[in-house]
This record gives sequence, C-alpha cells and structure tokens, in this order.
Amino acid sequence: MTAAKPPLQLNDQGQLRHFLSLDGLSRDLLNEILDTADSFLEVGARAVKKVPLLRGKTVCNVFFENSTRTRTTFELAAKRLSADVITLNVSTSSTSKGETLTDTLRNLEAMAADMFVVRHGDSGAAHFIAEHVCPGVAIINGGDGRHAHPTQGMLDMLTIRRHKGDFDKLSVAIVGDILHSRVARSNMLALKTLGCPDIRVIGPRTLLPVGLEQYGVQVFTDMDQGLAGVDVVIMLRLQRERMQGGLLPSEGEFFRLYGLTPQRLALANPEAIVMHPGPINRGVEIDSAVADGSQSVILNQVTYGIAIRMAVLSMAMSGQTAQRQTNSESEEQA
Amino acid sequence: MSISILGARLLDPANDLDRVDDVHLDQGRIVGIGTAPVGFEALRQIAGEGLVMTPGLVDLSVSLREPGQTRKGSIASETQAAAAGGVTSLCCPPNTRPVLDTTAVAELILDRATVAGHAKVFPIGALTRDLQGEQLAELVALRDAGCVAFGNGIGGLHNSRTLRRALEYAATFDLTIIFQPQDHDLAEGGLAHEGPTASFLGLPGIPESAETVALARDLLLVEQSGVRAHFSQLSSARAVEMLATAQARGLPVTADVALYQLILTDEALADFSSLYHVQPPLRSRRDRDALREAVRSGVIGAIASHHQPHEDDAKQAPFGATEPGISSVELLLPLSLTLVEDGLLELPELIRRLSSGPATALRLPSAGIQLGAPADLLIFDPAGQTLAGEQWLSKGRNCPFLGHCLPGRVRYTICDGRLSYTT
Repeated sequence: MTAAKPPLQLNDQGQLRHFLSLDGLSRDLLNEILDTADSFLEVGARAVKKVPLLRGKTVCNVFFENSTRTRTTFELAAKRLSADVITLNVSTSSTSKGETLTDTLRNLEAMAADMFVVRHGDSGAAHFIAEHVCPGVAIINGGDGRHAHPTQGMLDMLTIRRHKGDFDKLSVAIVGDILHSRVARSNMLALKTLGCPDIRVIGPRTLLPVGLEQYGVQVFTDMDQGLAGVDVVIMLRLQRERMQGGLLPSEGEFFRLYGLTPQRLALANPEAIVMHPGPINRGVEIDSAVADGSQSVILNQVTYGIAIRMAVLSMAMSGQTAQRQTNSESEEQA
Repeated sequence: MSISILGARLLDPANDLDRVDDVHLDQGRIVGIGTAPVGFEALRQIAGEGLVMTPGLVDLSVSLREPGQTRKGSIASETQAAAAGGVTSLCCPPNTRPVLDTTAVAELILDRATVAGHAKVFPIGALTRDLQGEQLAELVALRDAGCVAFGNGIGGLHNSRTLRRALEYAATFDLTIIFQPQDHDLAEGGLAHEGPTASFLGLPGIPESAETVALARDLLLVEQSGVRAHFSQLSSARAVEMLATAQARGLPVTADVALYQLILTDEALADFSSLYHVQPPLRSRRDRDALREAVRSGVIGAIASHHQPHEDDAKQAPFGATEPGISSVELLLPLSLTLVEDGLLELPELIRRLSSGPATALRLPSAGIQLGAPADLLIFDPAGQTLAGEQWLSKGRNCPFLGHCLPGRVRYTICDGRLSYTT
C-alpha cells in the first residue's frame, strides 16, 4: 500500500552512507570494500601507519555491549585514518533502554560527531539509530543483537579471499550456535552475495534458526558429514548460558559432537583454513591443537579486521558527506 | 434531540433488514422506521441518499489507558476515536493502572465514559488480583459494578490448577471468561513470529505452539468446567483449526480476531519498524489467510480493533525495547471495508462480525435497527474514502495505516440518539 523506501544505508548514488547490514548490498559493493581493505593492509605494514582520509572528523565508538576486539580494532582503524576518536562504554539500564540510547546519541550528535560505531544488544538497534535518531551521521553497525555484524562478515570474507582466492569454487562450513549468532547471519549473506556455491551450516537443531533455506545454505546436524571436503571452516563462539534452558546438555557433549579437533579437521580439504570470530573457547568449540595449528588463520582475521574497518569507515564517511552535499544543494534550489 | 434520517439503505443482517427507508429518533431511541410517529418533529434532518445505516459497531477490545496511563490515551480521547471509527459500544481490557480488579476502578471508568459520552463502555474485569494469576478478583462484585467478562491478559494464568478453579468459580455465576492463549514459557523473550522473517532479523521468535499449547489446555478446562468462554486475538492457522474442531464438537466457544491480523503479516517487520510490534505477533501469510477464512466461515464471529494507543516514545527505540500494540479503533470501519473490497466478505456479513457477532459473544445489549431500540447507529458513505490520519483523535499515533487511503467514510455515529461523531 506504500511505496518502497529507498535503501537506508545507501546514498542517492548507491554508495554506502551507513553500514548496517549486508542485506541489500551488491556483489560489486562488497568487492569494493574488500579491494579497499586490501589497499589499507599495506598501510598497516608501513612504519607510519596513518593516512589522512578522516582528518578533522570525529568518530564515536558507542558500545552498549562489552567488546574488546571489535572496539579496539574500530578505534585503531579510525586512528589510522587520522580521525579523532572517542570510545564510550554505555551500560544498558533495563527500564529505559530506548530513551538512554536516543538521548545518548543525540547528545553525541550535538558534539558534532561525524560517525557512530554502535554495538547494541537489541537486533535492529543500528537501523533504528540510522533511521530515527541521527540520519545525518554515518552509522556503522558494530553488532546488533542476533541480527548482524557486517564488519565481521566482511573481514571474514577478506580472510577467505586472501587465503583461498575467488568464492565461486569454494565450500564453506559455519559451525555451532547459528541461532544466536549475528556473525553467522552476516557470513551467510556475504557468502551468498559473493557467489559461494556451497555454504553449509552445522549444528544441533536447538541452535539452528527456522527458515535457514532463505540463505541458500545446506543444513547439517552431523559434523563429520558437514565438514567433508570443505575449504573453509568458520567456528562460532558458544556462550556459556546456552547450557541453560535445554539447548544443550553440557560443554563436554557439545565438544564431543561439534568441537573442531584435528581428527575432524582431517575430513575437510587438506588445504582448508580454520576461522573463528573470537574470543575462542578452547576445548568447547575448538581444540587448542587446531586453534594454534598451521591451518588456523584466526589471528590473521584480527589484522584484516582493522583494514576492513578502515575501508568501511572511509567509504561510509565519503558517502554520507556526498549525501549531505546533495541534500544542502537541493535545499538551496528549493 | 429528535433526528430523521431520510432515504438511507438500512442494513441490519441480525434483524434481516436491508432496504431503503426513513428512520426517526427521539429521546435516544428509534421511534419510527418508515413513517414517523404522530406528532413527531425532527429538529435535525439527515439526507441519507447513497448512505448506509447499520447498527453501531461493537468493539471487544479498546484500551482506554485510563486510569494510570494518560500519556497514551484517556477515556475521553479514545472513546472519541472509537466514535470516529463507527463504534457505539466497546469493551476495555483490565490492564489499567491500577488494574481493573476492584469496583472502584470499574466505577471510575464508567463514570468518566458517561461524562465523555462518545460511546458505551463495557469494562472487562481482571480475573485475578493485579493480574498476578494467584488470587481471584471479586468477580461477582465486579459483575455487579458493570464488568461484562473477565480476563487475565495475554497468557492468562500460568498455573493450570488456579485456572481450573477460577473457571469453576466463574461458571458458578455464569460469568464469561476471555482467553488470550499464549504459553508463558514457549513465548518468553519472544518478539516476533518464529519464522524466516524473525530468523533473518535476529529477533527471538514466538512459536505457533505458544498459542496452540495454551489453547489446548484452555479448551480442555473450558469443557471440564462448563464456563462461558471467548477466545480473543487468535493469531495462527492451527489455533483456528483447533477452535473449529471444538465448536464442531458442540463446545459453545466464541472467538475474535484483531482486524490488523487479517491484513498484515510478519513480513511487515522487514525493516524493524516498531509500528508492527504487536502481541500476539503478526504471523505468516498462511496464518493470516486462515484467520480470514475463519472470519468468512463464522468460526471467528467477531472482528475487534485491539486498539492500543501509545505515546511516541513507547515506539521510539530498537524493536525489542518498544511496547507492542497498534492504535486503530479510529479506522475500524474503513479498514474493515477493505475485507469487502478484497472480496472476502459481503457487506452484510462484515456488519455482522462488527456488531451482532461481538455483542452476542459477550452478551452485550445490541438490538440493532428496530422500533424502540436504543438509537446506536452508524451511517457511512460506501462510495466515500478515508485518508487515514487526515484527522486523528486518538492520543496514540502508533498506526501503520496512517497515510493510506481506505474505502468508505463514516458520516455519522449516533450513540443513544446523540451524534457522537460527524464529518
């Protein structure tokens, strides 16, 4: 009954102005992010690790959920782009979550922030901020509930591309708690968009969301079958609280069924790489011998994470700036 | 005030009435159909050509938000909004602050509704004190104070033994119980129908079984206790099927559905719009279609707005932190006319589902268009249109249909012979 809304995270020219989720982003755009990140990787290897792309801009990291890796890499990424960075850890009060969020961000906006990196426990929080709170500020989703973690998704894609080449012949397995995982959702979307022909998810039925077929994935409940011949294994973190409420009997039983051991890894392609978004639970979802083994690229992921975040921050800032110019020009004309 | 409405199509399926004629009102009653009584002089004449007159609509669930939540709505504002939607009688649920579990609260609501004078209000009392599910409210005292039925909100009573006793107590006094079946444990933490859309958005799901498991228990205890039961706001295809089976077995249970559940599905959540955050949740297309079919077949005999006005702040947050509900009583007639436009129902059947159907379910007075009956009437223009939100009387603007152009236009709502709304 109403006309379709324009995509929230793109400007009129189809460039990123926010980075909220990978849903609706084209293969070309994802490749552009990966190519840009590749070029920033070289910056990270230099003695002077800074480029002036965001000089004079203020980036606020607003984390309503705890994080070390994501927060730090966003901070480093913004600093390497020469931005001024502030980081806020905001604890969520249970009663007035919404108001705290809106008011916190409006206050930061009033301090002339140009970009917010937001992590929040509610799915859709980044969309809400971009649509209703601060439409003129570039919003980067640093993880929202179970919904999306798009920079993690893209750094995983960069990792795969750098180690395995193009996506069109690859077989990728995502293992563990898919139900609660924003990383899994972002990875499935990214792999599908980038043309990966064989995406598998592996886990017990209590940890698989309904409707997985919409992602174009094959579902396995047997780890050995699911791992057969894959080129990439992405392990997910298992939260301790999943032992409550009947999702799983114990960490021990989970490891027995879905833990990545050297024996299980041997079922995959001998050249297969092992990934994990961190922090890893040794002996719960992954054996130390695998995590520290020659096929593990877990620490490379962290390095690539900085490059991906530099790419996304710089692209979204330029898209948002372009949109602001378009808007002010059309206002002048009117 | 004496009023004559001349030449409107009189449509009252419950009284087998469908013809063009004049109607004369005086002292709050219908005093003439066709010819006016001797000596009758109309102070006001309404030209009814091209208009349809039906019994005033009866809405089984309109949250008035008073006492206690007047940021969201007041008895005056929400009954006025109801009149704009064609409603002359409405039931308000007990989730006020304080809860409608004492005669004092019932009296307050009824007094303020009388002062406002926009619609007849029939309160639904709390089945248990403070809706806590532990100690029964004083049901008979509440009945005597004007409560027409009793409910405990979505989910009802957690404890099956307490529920069984509550039903037996209610059955002793022939009270009507309203069920909104939802299993507390299966629904806990859920925000949206468990399905592909919720999975994609990462919103915790409320499975269909949350409704059906509770409905199965409720139906069995209704049968055992023999209590009069009405099932409200059913949302799933499977629940409708279970209800139809129970009715076919002879269990005298009635049901209503939220009008928006006949129109929207969970796909509307795709961009996290909190306007579509409702409880029970919007479900799949298949569920929506089954609800529509049940309304057509009569398994569901009543359509209600399930109006829940909110202040803007209540919807301004990430989806999970917003309050559920849609403000929609104001659009009850035009929005339901889309069901006629879609070919689901003929107009007379729709009017049944909006007047005699709900009135019968909760034993509310609704005599319709007949001589001597209270003049509770709706007159609308079937060829007109309503631009939703062009005017808005409810305090809650949380309505996803704002801006939509809907079929039909309420011209006059008449409550007890007084014009409670005109355009």
